[in-house]
Amino acid sequence: MLVRLEPRLETSRAMRLASPLIAAGLTVLAAVILFSALGRDPASALYVFFVRPLSSAYGLGEWAIKATPLALCALGLTIGFRGNVWNIGAEGQLTMGAICGGGVALAVHGEAGWWTLPLMLAAGALGGMAWGAIPALLRTRFNANEILTSLMLGYVALHLLGYLVHGPWRSPEGFNFPETRLFDEAALMPVLLSGTRLHAGVILALVAFAAVWLFTARSFRGFKVDVAGQAPAAAAYAGFARSGVVWLSFLVSGGLAGLAGIVEVTGTIGQLQPVISPGYGFAAIIVAFLGRLHPVGVVIASLLMSLVYLGGESLQINQNLPLAVTGVFQGLLLFFVLGTDVLVRYRIRIAGLAGEEA
Amino acid sequence: MPTPRLELTGIVKRYPGVLANDRVDLAVMPGEIHALLGENGAGKSTLVKIIYGVVQADEGDIRWDGRPVRIADPHAARKLGIGMVFQHFNLFETLTVAENILLGLDGRSDLKALSAEIAEVAERYGLAVNPHRHVHALSVGERQRVEIMRCLLQDPRLIIMDEPTSVLTPQEADGLFVTLRRLAGEGRSVLYISHKLEEIQALCDTATVLRGGRVSGHCVPREETPASLARMMIGHELPHVARHRRREPGRPVLAVEGLSVPAPDPHGTDLKDISFTVREGEVLGIAGVAGNGQRTLLGALNGETAAPAPGMIAVDGVAVGRLSAGRRRALGLAHVPEERLSRGAVPAMSLARNTLLTAHGKGLVRHGLIDFARTRAFAQGIIERFRVAAPGPETEARGLSGGNLQKFIVGREISLEPRLLVLGYPTWGVDVGAAAAIRQEIIDLAEKGTAVIVLSEDLDELFEVCDRIAVIAGGRLSPLRAVGEAGVEELGQWMSGGFAGAARKADAEAGHAG
Repeated sequence: MLVRLEPRLETSRAMRLASPLIAAGLTVLAAVILFSALGRDPASALYVFFVRPLSSAYGLGEWAIKATPLALCALGLTIGFRGNVWNIGAEGQLTMGAICGGGVALAVHGEAGWWTLPLMLAAGALGGMAWGAIPALLRTRFNANEILTSLMLGYVALHLLGYLVHGPWRSPEGFNFPETRLFDEAALMPVLLSGTRLHAGVILALVAFAAVWLFTARSFRGFKVDVAGQAPAAAAYAGFARSGVVWLSFLVSGGLAGLAGIVEVTGTIGQLQPVISPGYGFAAIIVAFLGRLHPVGVVIASLLMSLVYLGGESLQINQNLPLAVTGVFQGLLLFFVLGTDVLVRYRIRIAGLAGEEA
Repeated sequence: MPTPRLELTGIVKRYPGVLANDRVDLAVMPGEIHALLGENGAGKSTLVKIIYGVVQADEGDIRWDGRPVRIADPHAARKLGIGMVFQHFNLFETLTVAENILLGLDGRSDLKALSAEIAEVAERYGLAVNPHRHVHALSVGERQRVEIMRCLLQDPRLIIMDEPTSVLTPQEADGLFVTLRRLAGEGRSVLYISHKLEEIQALCDTATVLRGGRVSGHCVPREETPASLARMMIGHELPHVARHRRREPGRPVLAVEGLSVPAPDPHGTDLKDISFTVREGEVLGIAGVAGNGQRTLLGALNGETAAPAPGMIAVDGVAVGRLSAGRRRALGLAHVPEERLSRGAVPAMSLARNTLLTAHGKGLVRHGLIDFARTRAFAQGIIERFRVAAPGPETEARGLSGGNLQKFIVGREISLEPRLLVLGYPTWGVDVGAAAAIRQEIIDLAEKGTAVIVLSEDLDELFEVCDRIAVIAGGRLSPLRAVGEAGVEELGQWMSGGFAGAARKADAEAGHAG
């Protein structure tokens, strides 16, 4: 007996749109089994996971500010993934953004003015871009696999941040904690809604959404990226240079990830610490696919992923479950998304012993 | 009346949305060469798959020597005595001929005895095949002989040949016909699938013509004319390709000088020292059997493969040898690739977006943004002008049949009004009527002053549209001949590489002249 995947002649459009919902449903189902196995009441655990975090204004604000870095990273990755350029290092680019932007805040400490925050944001975006430029250069010059180089550079960035906050940038008034100074007031994101931590970074995410939507849906460059991703031979035939797509993908996704990093630092943390992201850059890969590499889908998916983060914290506090549950949830979600995707595009054929190739 | 070897009655096969075979009747007598004639999509392949057991008919009966049978799979078909020679070969490059044949036979293991048998069968049917040679060293014609040999060693009583001459030179095709007649003389039946009318008239005793899944006629090809066969096949008169008043070729547009390019893929053919010129308003034909460097040549002209030196290719005097495909297109080059899906078009994108692929310079993009209304209108224009059977510009490219997609791609490139158009197999897989329309468009385009290069395996097509013809064989280009002076005999010899002497002679003459 032989199990084979066979491409479907026609993929159902309805199923293509429904598959993320089916995947989310299957994730919930798996969660029910998981909670039962851990000896918790599934209904109350699910309530704590999905509903309680959103039952206050403060909670809604948290929802939005956790979705912001996810959306920024995932929107950038969307462009690359559509063009078959695999930037797995958004986490590192995010970290570089935080380092560069934070470095500006530290350099102008005590003299910050209205110009400080925009300068930090620009520095953060450029830092992420520069970090993204390395795998792009290695890919286009030496044909080095960008999956490996971008991933590895992520760890380099994390350790660079660790070195800085443990060493040269450590706060003189910080009792030897590995942290920088607290940033000046002018170097922090303004809060939009009192009583919450909702900050102006959300607006940047919405602007990025509009820009990426315009790029993917209407621009000729976005079309070239799609052609490169869907039919590399057609891109070569039409004369769309592969290197252009690689550079564009890495500069945009690196820049947006860097922006996410500095937004996170200026919006919620207020200083540099050894860890500034709970894996937003990696989760963004899931978000991009969950959102079907479409900007609207990506925004929805980043809200969902943000809820997974909040739900995991909520479970930890209320049900005494380990934070690893968040990771398990993310993994299940990606597994089911990719699984349903495969089944939308392929059918499973079980060939009997009598079958013969013609 | 004798019993037919194979008799099909009322065969029906439905696919989602298509009735591939609609109450098809077919009878093949012993010792008969029977043609199965029809355009692409007429249902020939489906019918053959049913006979060979690859798919099952939904309705209808199959009789073998008068007795009803059910052919469950190809194994069962072979057991009955049905053999098939596919259009695409199924051979392992790194194994010898005998080893390949052994692998294809059910339940044989003695290589030595088999080799002797191969030699004997080769002798009997005039199939020159050395059992000890490796397949990668064989020409396409020789590979086909290996496939035929594999089929014959099972002692079949019905042999199905699927468009066998599409990969052969005219001489090789004649050799194949001799073999097939000999087989028929022994009482074996041959079911011969083709859409080439002349060869069916020359070879086949009877014919069944399919159109739109139905039998549109049974006939004796020798008693028909090409026109009457075409009418049965396409339902109306074959459109005639008209040449208007030819004007004198103008200035040179493309000059290729000493072009040698290694093939980008390991099984490709390297180009060796190719030189030619194409002028405004001129159609240059490059004939040749597939796999002789056509793909490398198309890639080098289009700019997907860079030439070693810029000056080896010049467009309007500009050295473009090392320019990218995009830069060459900006200079007025247009190109129809041999691979239509995935190279000439993005399968999952709409025809409108596929228009954008190469026509973006036609005012379809403004300030970096796509003008969708104009793009759709441009695509709609192509669909109407080239009679592409598609619901509209939003249809996905992969939803079109091969021939229709080819019409769309050719139409798109012609609509660019290029300085130079390079076409790879422009009518391959396109039905007879549409092929004539495409040839007419090529001629009309040239008459407006475009320089055109056509690569094709179909000599008749080249004679119809070209002003001058050359042959590519083993990565080298033969001397060029004006269409009036080129003979099928000579071109056929050149196709198997026999123009080294002619080339030297031409060089010597050029030397004397200069």
